[in-house]
Amino acid sequence: MALTNETIQQKLTEKFGEQLTDWQTPYGMLTFTAPAALNLKVLQYLYDDAELRFQFLTDLQAVHYPDNKGAELAVVYHLHNLVDNIRLRFKVFADISKPDVYSATALYQSANFMERETYDFFGVNFVGHPNLIRILNVDEMDYFPMRKEFPVEDQTRIDKDDEMFGRG
Amino acid sequence: MTNTNDHIILPEGSIEKQTNTLNLGPTHPATHGVFQNIVELDGERILKATSTVGYIHRAFEKIAERRPLYQITPLTDRLNYCSSPLNNMGWHITCEKLLGVTIPKRVDYLRIIIMELSRISDHLICNSIVGVDSGAYSGFLYLMQYRELIYEIYEEICGSRLTTNIGRIGGFERNFNATAFTKLEKFIKEYPAVLKEFENLFTRNRIFMDRTIGTGPISAERALNYGFTGPNLRAAGVDYDVRVHTPYSSYEDMDFIIPVGKTGDCYDRFLVRNEEMWQSLSIIEQAYQKVQEFKGTEAEVFHADSPAYYLPEKKDVYTKMEALIYHFKIIMGETNIPAGEVYSSIEAANGELGFYLVSDGGRTPYRLHFRRPCFIYYQAFPELIKGGMLSDAIITMSSLNLIAGELDA
Amino acid sequence: MSRPVQFNNHVKFEGIPEGYMGEGFMATNLEKVVSLARKNSIWPLPFATSCCGIEFMATAASHYDIARFGAERMSFSPRQCDLIFVMGTISKKMGPVLRQVYLQMAEPRWVMAVGACASSGGIFDSYSVLQGIDQVIPVDVYVPGCPPRPEAYLDGFMKIQELVNAEGLRRRYSDQYKDMLASYGIQ
Repeated sequence: MALTNETIQQKLTEKFGEQLTDWQTPYGMLTFTAPAALNLKVLQYLYDDAELRFQFLTDLQAVHYPDNKGAELAVVYHLHNLVDNIRLRFKVFADISKPDVYSATALYQSANFMERETYDFFGVNFVGHPNLIRILNVDEMDYFPMRKEFPVEDQTRIDKDDEMFGRG
Repeated sequence: MTNTNDHIILPEGSIEKQTNTLNLGPTHPATHGVFQNIVELDGERILKATSTVGYIHRAFEKIAERRPLYQITPLTDRLNYCSSPLNNMGWHITCEKLLGVTIPKRVDYLRIIIMELSRISDHLICNSIVGVDSGAYSGFLYLMQYRELIYEIYEEICGSRLTTNIGRIGGFERNFNATAFTKLEKFIKEYPAVLKEFENLFTRNRIFMDRTIGTGPISAERALNYGFTGPNLRAAGVDYDVRVHTPYSSYEDMDFIIPVGKTGDCYDRFLVRNEEMWQSLSIIEQAYQKVQEFKGTEAEVFHADSPAYYLPEKKDVYTKMEALIYHFKIIMGETNIPAGEVYSSIEAANGELGFYLVSDGGRTPYRLHFRRPCFIYYQAFPELIKGGMLSDAIITMSSLNLIAGELDA
Repeated sequence: MSRPVQFNNHVKFEGIPEGYMGEGFMATNLEKVVSLARKNSIWPLPFATSCCGIEFMATAASHYDIARFGAERMSFSPRQCDLIFVMGTISKKMGPVLRQVYLQMAEPRWVMAVGACASSGGIFDSYSVLQGIDQVIPVDVYVPGCPPRPEAYLDGFMKIQELVNAEGLRRRYSDQYKDMLASYGIQ
């Protein structure tokens, strides 16, 4: 029996029940939300199950939704089943005041740098990561630049005339 | 968790008294791009390596949150700058998926020609630089000549050599003129001889084989776990190619094979890239033939018919009201992107280049993330060079085709 | 089939400086001779970080060939070079590294900022990019472009050659130069 989005959804709801919510299929890719405490269990199940076999982590990053009080930071995982050629996306939401998410480095080595990048940009604390320090920005930086409240430009510049750039 | 190097124990039989710490610093002639590796050496053998990246972090993702979709194309140019058109096309394909624009066949075939030309130009650089790093400079000079011809073809279409910003959402900015096709024919005719000459210099060269066989190997399981994609993964034995798995831009009409290696060492990577260049040349010939089959008015089609996202023709802008409004809205960046999220990927020269675009219905993306293949497979570098010699580490780094712009984004 | 031999008759020669010529000797100004030697044998250090570095590779390859102008040996050690080409975006993380390399260069040294990113930050007006390398080191020639064409590289290199020619032997010891370095915080 070929693996389709419906069979994946069915197997996951059998295993995890009502904890997985918000099932959608934007542009053909099955998407769902899991509670933050369950992310490793879901990843492990998708990896180990003989039919599901999602053994390739394509991408891991976060999105900041400042309006979702209590669940501002969404960590998004993209997985790929190379044998049956199916992709999957799932999200876990974390509160911005205590953004703890379990690290996937034990399962996927590729998650190492990706989680460091997510920490660097958004401040998501990956519990269990071997070396969670800044990766792309300077080490002395004390804020998380990709969050929505911070602008792109360097605020310490003195030689640029803001009037001319529409920011006066 | 800093400085765990005190616990490094020298292996049995080592004649050194303690390990040597060497900084293969961000500026180094052999690191192509700015990477820092602090290696612990036992004589000439590498025991441990720690990588630092971020020396060219330009905050693409943050900048992209401020720009309408077509203004993000110049940013994608600067990701893997050896093959800018591939990144541009990947971005346009993502936007078209989100906006729901269908592309005519002729545009697809023209896109295939440009994408495969840029794949050839990227593999040219990688393979010739592996030669330069092992001491053989002439191969680089032979191949760069043909890179100039590829640059001339880009120039005919978009005006620029390296950071091309080629194509638009919906097609191309202008039809390929006769000179572009003449240059393409010249390339198709002359390039095989040059590639053969390059192969004669390197592929069965005793010194090159001794230097590259067995350096930096990786098994298929480790490669998959590290998230490898592209020629590096194919050299390890896994035949994953996005062009075949999720065909985009009419690749399903093309007939080509995917070269696969065995051990994943530098020699396999060199051979896989070499064979991919031959396959790309064959794809270009097929696509060119298909383009020539369009006659008459069909041969004038170079963009999709979607005035909401592709600039209407200037003569219509001056005479028709709707065209004027569309022109104004597109130029002033006032077209709203439909809300939703899409992940779309292409087979870039280094692997699967993915774009995760989240839109909330505004004029600019809410969140744009680039899934950069270099960033992900660079994590395996310390493991690849462990146990080898320092000069092997240099060859491994250049054979992995690490491009700093893509790594740090 | 070999093609017929061609001789290039359009080679431009450097003029001999003015001076007093005699049988087997020539007396001229030392500055002129030193400048002539310096300007035609500038050994650059390619500090390539991003896209401009690839255009540099094209300039150094056989089609555009920067070796014609004397830049035959790309020195990668700052101690042995005369000119540093800073090509590509310099981020704030890289700024101290660039400064360190500049400090290691021996006098006389020249700096060429190649590309929009090195000149002024380029298209990246963001928190992590240094808005021009003249924030950390003094620059002699700026070459605009994104990336500049190889002809633009050669044009910038020729302007450096003019600067080298006109410089004289005493400039690096003058107070003005020392003040300029002090303004960058370099002793």
